[in-house]
Amino acid sequence: MLDHILSILIFFPAFAGVMGFMINKESMRAYGTAVATIEFALSLWLWFSFDNNVSGMQFMEHMALVPSFGINYILGVDGISLFIIIMASFFTMIGIASLSPTHNIKNMIITLLFLQMTMIGVFAALDAIIFYVFWELSLVPMLYLIGAWGGPLRIYASVKFFLYTFTGSLVMLVGMLFMAYFFYQATGVWSFAILDWYRLILPESFQLWLFAAFFIGFAIKVPMFPFHTWLPYAHGQAPTIGSVILAAVLLKMGTYAFIRFSLPLFPDASVFFMYPIAVLAIIMIIYTAMVAYAQKDIKQVVAYSSVSHMGVIILGTFALNVEGISGSIFLMIAHGVVSGALFLLVGVIYDRRHTKLMSEFGGLAHVMPRYATIFGLMLMASVGMPLTINFVGEFLSLLGFYQQSHILTLLAGIAIVVGAIYMLTAFKKLFFGELTNEANKNLPDVSKRELLALIPLSIITVWLGIYPKPVLGPINNSVEAVVQLMHNKATSHEAKMRIPNVSGVVISKTTAKEAH
Amino acid sequence: MLSPINVSLESLNLITLAPMLIPVIGALLILVIDIIKGGLDKSLYVVLAILFLALDFGTLLESAGAFSKDGIMLGVFDVMLIDGLAIISQFIIVLTSMLFIPLALTSKRFHEFSYPEFFALFLFMISGFQFMVATDNLILIFVGLETASLALYTLIAMHNRDKSFEAAIKYFTMGALAAGFYSFGSMVFYALTGSIEINQIAAVLQANNYTDIGFVLIAVVMMLASFGFKLSVVPFHTWTPDVYEGSSAAMAGYMSIVPKIAAFVVAMRLFEFLIHANIVWLEVVLYAMVVITMTAANIWALVQSDVKRMLAYSSISHAGFVMAAILIGTTQSNSALFLYWILFSFTNLGAFSMLWISRQKELPGYQKTDHSFEKFSGMIKTSPMAAIVMGLFMLSLAGLPPFALFWGKIYMISSAVTGGYTVLALIMALNSAIAGYYYIKLIVFMFMKEPIESNVDNNGQLYVANATTALKTIIGFAIIGTIFAFVALDSLLEFVTAFVYNSGY
Repeated sequence: MLDHILSILIFFPAFAGVMGFMINKESMRAYGTAVATIEFALSLWLWFSFDNNVSGMQFMEHMALVPSFGINYILGVDGISLFIIIMASFFTMIGIASLSPTHNIKNMIITLLFLQMTMIGVFAALDAIIFYVFWELSLVPMLYLIGAWGGPLRIYASVKFFLYTFTGSLVMLVGMLFMAYFFYQATGVWSFAILDWYRLILPESFQLWLFAAFFIGFAIKVPMFPFHTWLPYAHGQAPTIGSVILAAVLLKMGTYAFIRFSLPLFPDASVFFMYPIAVLAIIMIIYTAMVAYAQKDIKQVVAYSSVSHMGVIILGTFALNVEGISGSIFLMIAHGVVSGALFLLVGVIYDRRHTKLMSEFGGLAHVMPRYATIFGLMLMASVGMPLTINFVGEFLSLLGFYQQSHILTLLAGIAIVVGAIYMLTAFKKLFFGELTNEANKNLPDVSKRELLALIPLSIITVWLGIYPKPVLGPINNSVEAVVQLMHNKATSHEAKMRIPNVSGVVISKTTAKEAH
Repeated sequence: MLSPINVSLESLNLITLAPMLIPVIGALLILVIDIIKGGLDKSLYVVLAILFLALDFGTLLESAGAFSKDGIMLGVFDVMLIDGLAIISQFIIVLTSMLFIPLALTSKRFHEFSYPEFFALFLFMISGFQFMVATDNLILIFVGLETASLALYTLIAMHNRDKSFEAAIKYFTMGALAAGFYSFGSMVFYALTGSIEINQIAAVLQANNYTDIGFVLIAVVMMLASFGFKLSVVPFHTWTPDVYEGSSAAMAGYMSIVPKIAAFVVAMRLFEFLIHANIVWLEVVLYAMVVITMTAANIWALVQSDVKRMLAYSSISHAGFVMAAILIGTTQSNSALFLYWILFSFTNLGAFSMLWISRQKELPGYQKTDHSFEKFSGMIKTSPMAAIVMGLFMLSLAGLPPFALFWGKIYMISSAVTGGYTVLALIMALNSAIAGYYYIKLIVFMFMKEPIESNVDNNGQLYVANATTALKTIIGFAIIGTIFAFVALDSLLEFVTAFVYNSGY
């Protein structure tokens, strides 16, 4: 069974989703929770059977799909994708479990299960076309989720989300077809397998163009400044579960794809574009942080802060060394946990009052002490307090980039200060002061159902903040292999210099494995 | 005193005529049956037509087998040319016709299906298209083209509504103009080379090194205009939306597939040798036509308020997309053309059939046209299965993976990439993004808006008003073809590539 565990992980939720049409409306949430829990258990099993000492791909599956055009169904995980897959199944589980009653809940849960298939598919795919299939397919459930259960501007927001990402990924598709063509020219066979592509060394001029094509697709998904304008709308209009999954998992597709495609395929171009992208990332960090400060709506604050932190992830990725990339992958998980939790928390208050305007609240700490505590914890994590999960990732990312440029890192560091300002202001507006608004006097504190989602997230936040090794270890292992690959493939002198050689470490790992 | 001509029957190779003659015989039989006993039910004629098309399909299989063994076959004084292009395109023509003809078995009564002549004309038309693709003789192409077109005009007019008469007349006028251009173009070619066979024309022009380039260009312009009308390439597309709107959804879907593949094959035979001869002018004009057709049709489609008109513009855009294959002119691009069209025919069959089964006889007040967008609002609430199926076809048309058209699209864009047309590849990709918007628009209506009161009351009966088991089966075929395209893709690709390559394209 372990030979096909990835296929099972991908298609089990979709199959369960189809079967879900037969389930009675009343029992649908229990069904969805059960399916998502089984899925989560399977993903934990994947982690359990994962060999931490291997830096390459594990649980590989290979099946010919269109061999004459080089399209194969190839799956595999390494330390980079493993934890994002676990996170995707985890968030679907707690998302469904803590779903507040809404109209058409059956359709919503089936949509979520389909969404889960596409999310896991993206992170497990090792063939560019299969990757693209899941990448594009993930737009459809999200379109429906925002468009059918969203706020007043939902149709505008969902169509904008769809068109933005669709356009970007089509440009990326042309890039992929070019990449396959170059591979065909070099070897005489068509192949879309990413591991095959890794072996191809392209001249720098080609790399620059292809990097740009892939960049457009990924940057819109992340979303990077100046392509970020769809995200506030999507978050603002999406239902809570939509925002949670969007922030926690879907945005990670972009940053993950940078590490899976852009860096190892185009090392020289990555070095070439390092500074422009870093500057974009820093603009994104500071600008969106300032925008977040100006928001009146608490959900928009969280949305912009989420964009701002994605900037740190990009910065870490383009540090192009082991610390930076490992840090950025860890930060992807941290960002998923923290911003996912923050969106859930915003959902809690929205369910009670049906408003997200901060001016409507104030003094909530008096009536909802437990809520205020969890919110406070997540806020600290979001700001990047030491001993919380975000700190590890942000610190490593910035440390990584510090080796490339001191000044830019310093600028990015400012963002953490700005982040503290807007988050603490928002917290003050919501929870401190006198309880002035009549409507808030009798708000119930967080219910058991909501705690079901929030407590595990709080535990993870603190646990991985104090002891990140179980996650950071495997990530580090795979990242070393990626960085080494980049160093070996780099052709320009500049790139050889910027991308460190970590071969010594890798050799010791393999010997350790042989000894094992 | 003329001396008698001795031609042995074997040298005529009459088997090359068999696929075209079978539908003709079928059509005559239908007419004979009607003379002997009138007033028979349409189901008889539908099944008879399917049977004859199945026979036709069988002989095509036979010639496909012969082709893969012995290569290109000539017949009937070397007028018939059975090569890979002819065989694949006939497969598409016959198979698509077999899938479309059962759409006549509606639950509501429509005027045209009560006449056996409808089915006879339908079979004559198929035979015409088959002649068109299975020859490189300009005169026989013309005969085939006109047989098919005249039958088609009549079929449209038989729908018997004001709009359909308008559509038929419009189509007829435009078709006549195109025929004029065609004959003028052929005349110039004949004057230049003394031949009406495309391969002879190519050889003669090659031999004298295109000395009369001015006249060649005149002929090419005429031919471009003529096929521009048939393929609905911008700026010759103006008839398309009106004709689609005037004809029944089933007929419109048919027109978006079969006449175009026939015209594509002829265009491929005619223009590719000119492209390969490095006639820069033609390349520039074709490039511009391809880009403008894709882009402009997409933009017009954005503003339509009727789903059928939207699909009409979308099929213009798809035709432009596929025209790129002729411009690129490599084996990969020509294979991509056929692959794309096979996959497109399944998806479009589905989309138009879904419109067809929701066809009402009387329109309620909120609906200005047969298939206005408002009609579909909130469909997921009243008839979820139909909404999901329709959404599926829209996603496939938009080129979302893993549905059928996506594979055609990547193979086509890839052929542009390998052919060295990088900018074109990007334009094609970005056009898919524009197209995404209007397909999503229908999905927005179906899935995200509230249903109209009267539709809630009758429980979504509206969307399946015209459905019968036969129609649902056809839609089932379309669904399977759309979702599971990737299963058959490899063998399909190998088959198409082998046939195209062995015909020398």
